[in-house]
Amino acid sequence: MATRNETKIIVEPGKQELFIIREFEAPREIVFRAFSEEDLLTQWAGGPNDMTVRYEKFEPFAGGSYRFINTIPGNPMEFAFHGVCHEHTAPERIIQTFEFEGLPEKGHVILETSRFEDLPDGRTRLTVQSVFQSVADRDGMVQSGMERGVVDSYARLDELLEKAVA
Amino acid sequence: MRRDVFQAIADPTRRDIIGLIAKKPMTPNAVAESFGVSRQAISKHMQILLECGLLHLNPQGRERYYTVQPKKLAEVADWIEPFRKMWEERFDKLDNIINTLKNEHHGNQK
Repeated sequence: MATRNETKIIVEPGKQELFIIREFEAPREIVFRAFSEEDLLTQWAGGPNDMTVRYEKFEPFAGGSYRFINTIPGNPMEFAFHGVCHEHTAPERIIQTFEFEGLPEKGHVILETSRFEDLPDGRTRLTVQSVFQSVADRDGMVQSGMERGVVDSYARLDELLEKAVA
Repeated sequence: MRRDVFQAIADPTRRDIIGLIAKKPMTPNAVAESFGVSRQAISKHMQILLECGLLHLNPQGRERYYTVQPKKLAEVADWIEPFRKMWEERFDKLDNIINTLKNEHHGNQK
């Protein structure tokens, strides 16, 4: 591909939500497939470079649930995430909950809606909306870069804030 | 009370104030006039913005002018970047998978 499509992140100050927006050079039926099959998801959803993802459970249908585990080679730590599927409507919409099991406290659940929108010329726009229980939850997630060590996210946020105040 | 850039930009009025002063430095009176409220009403916001380091108040002749501190604003923009990068890397991988799927798809149709 000549040019890479831009990944847009919208994080408005003081809000409990964020948006991830990205366009793809394929019809939404195909993009949706990459979100619906376990062996495809494991190929891309692991994230940055060396991080791998393994699904323990993957039930992409209304009322189903999922649990996946992220690992970094050479690091004994495992990062597990789970949630339930509210809706998995091909090829347009996925609605699910999402919780990181490594947070100091249970119950910080995110509601995630992914929309797959048809664009002209067989292209697709993906919009992911994540709704958090509090602004602090959201900012903590963004700050952590998510799996990249959510555990120390609040420490790093504090660090940044200290710098901001100094 | 803790003062930080995130608190500074959490309030819509303060965001408007920053946007206004980013365009050109303004006197305290000019800021109050732009919002059609008393200088007193706006001063609380200005105080917070000063304490957060997003604004400076610089004397210039007989007047004093507020200026925006771009470095502080950049701090706010920067904090999203690692998160964005993470998704970008992920979507780059997804592009490859989608290309493969697309080719398979075409192959099947022929």
